[in-house]
Amino acid sequence: MSDTENLRDDLKTVAYYPGCALEGTGHAYNRSTKSIGKKLGLNLVEIENWNCCGAMEVKNIDPEIQNFLSVRNMSIAKHRMGLDVVMAPCNGCYHNLKKAEHDVTHREETRKTLKKLSQKSGLPEYQAGDVETIHALDWIKHAIGEENIAKKVKKSLSGLKIANYYGCMYTRPRHIFPEKDQGNGSESTTKPHFMDDLLKAAGAEIIEFPLKTACCGGAHTLSDCDTSTRLVLNILQAAETCGADVIATECPTCHSGLEMHQIRAEETLNVKTRPVMLYFTQLLGLAFGISARKLGIHENVSQSLGLLRNKGLA
Amino acid sequence: MPIHETSLIRPENLREHDSLDIDGVDVSGSWSTFIESRIVNDYNENLETEVAAFPGGSFIHRCWQCGACTNSCTVNAINPDFNPRYWIYLVRLGMEQELLRDKDIIWQCVSCHRCTHVCPRDVEPEGVMKALSLWLEAKGHTEKSHSQHFDEEFYNQVLETGKIEEGRLVRNYFARTSQPLMQNWLIQMVINMVKGLPILLLTRLGLSTLIRPKTRDWGKSKDSIKEYLEQRQAERSEVMQQVHQEDSK
Repeated sequence: MSDTENLRDDLKTVAYYPGCALEGTGHAYNRSTKSIGKKLGLNLVEIENWNCCGAMEVKNIDPEIQNFLSVRNMSIAKHRMGLDVVMAPCNGCYHNLKKAEHDVTHREETRKTLKKLSQKSGLPEYQAGDVETIHALDWIKHAIGEENIAKKVKKSLSGLKIANYYGCMYTRPRHIFPEKDQGNGSESTTKPHFMDDLLKAAGAEIIEFPLKTACCGGAHTLSDCDTSTRLVLNILQAAETCGADVIATECPTCHSGLEMHQIRAEETLNVKTRPVMLYFTQLLGLAFGISARKLGIHENVSQSLGLLRNKGLA
Repeated sequence: MPIHETSLIRPENLREHDSLDIDGVDVSGSWSTFIESRIVNDYNENLETEVAAFPGGSFIHRCWQCGACTNSCTVNAINPDFNPRYWIYLVRLGMEQELLRDKDIIWQCVSCHRCTHVCPRDVEPEGVMKALSLWLEAKGHTEKSHSQHFDEEFYNQVLETGKIEEGRLVRNYFARTSQPLMQNWLIQMVINMVKGLPILLLTRLGLSTLIRPKTRDWGKSKDSIKEYLEQRQAERSEVMQQVHQEDSK
């Protein structure tokens, strides 16, 4: 069945919310997202004066403050920039924006609190449905689609065995993602497949990977290192057992968590694991013939250039 | 008869006599095992109200005890003592002392949201775990967890500048929890990170630790967040104080 009929024109220009991690450890994700956007003729307009979404931390100080942080960004995108779709490549940011949208839609208490906070901050009030928040995966999938990706491939990823890792925040909890699990090729919260679809279209060999949505311990990546190392090791070893060369990621926290604890497992437990981590945007970029340097592959902690050169991709 | 499933009974509740002779029958050791009956008389009737006042705890009253949370839990899979369903049960019954047995592991929830995903009653158990660990700290049962130190450092940075800078966050967090920054695995990671970087990006990253990234036009938001949090914290300590007064009556 052709997927080009379902493509959305309104995703050609979206508000871009990179988030703090993409200015730091996830810089390579930022670069590669922008590079493939440019290559595919998609326009990213960065949200003016955006602020941190609060990640997994601020909600433990107060959940409504966390909602306000998200609403501030969405409100600026809608009322100051006139954009209807916000694209966030980071799972944490994406999750928090979705959570705020859910709470504004369903909780009177949240609406009241956010109204007050917005007024005092001199911001236009955010109304439920003012913007639609999407992930970088939704963006490529719905603006370009697999058929068009396959047409644009210059260097096929064939021969590269990839396990796709989605992490927690992209699919859980289900009630903040009303568009998922709706059949008709929509994203699944238990067996997500958008990254599989996109990378498959670019020629990669996708590994059946049971730990797609397992937790990497990202929330305690520094505050409870031993637990995180153990959880990451589960993921890495499962991927290795399934025969993957590469774990494709779509979140800077997951990505750096996997990289960091792969090294920590080596240093503290003396357990080596083989798979290397690459952002899905880097993999797509390689397939489109963008240079490894432009995609920031040298910036990754996980050293993948050797493997990519072997496969003739870099 | 010896008790087979002793693992289900706490050792301190098992009573045995080393040498006991009843009517000429030797019932020493496990042949005389009794289980001490448990009597709970130190209920904290306000426990649920107290926990519900902390961030994330507000839906604890909805719980049906189905156990889907514990069943799906990431941490439970590596540590069977980590049992959200049971803790929610104890809180709702007011069994504070019983809850304290697990006080040192409750903060270890990794926020994977599996529990909130499957909960049929929208209790948001992930939030309840956070509320519980905050409550434990507020009551003085536990010291501030590493995770809480991290959250506070994170919040302070967001409040100050609207953004976080990871280098500063990590440094400050390690200093707060007095952990050495020079650990082999951290050094190895930084080496891997720096190895392939072009000078320009290195300079930029170096600069960002000196000149902190800031959200422009943040001042008013900062003030309103600060004011709001002060109100909420005052409300929270009021709940705890009321409870305290009722206790002392």
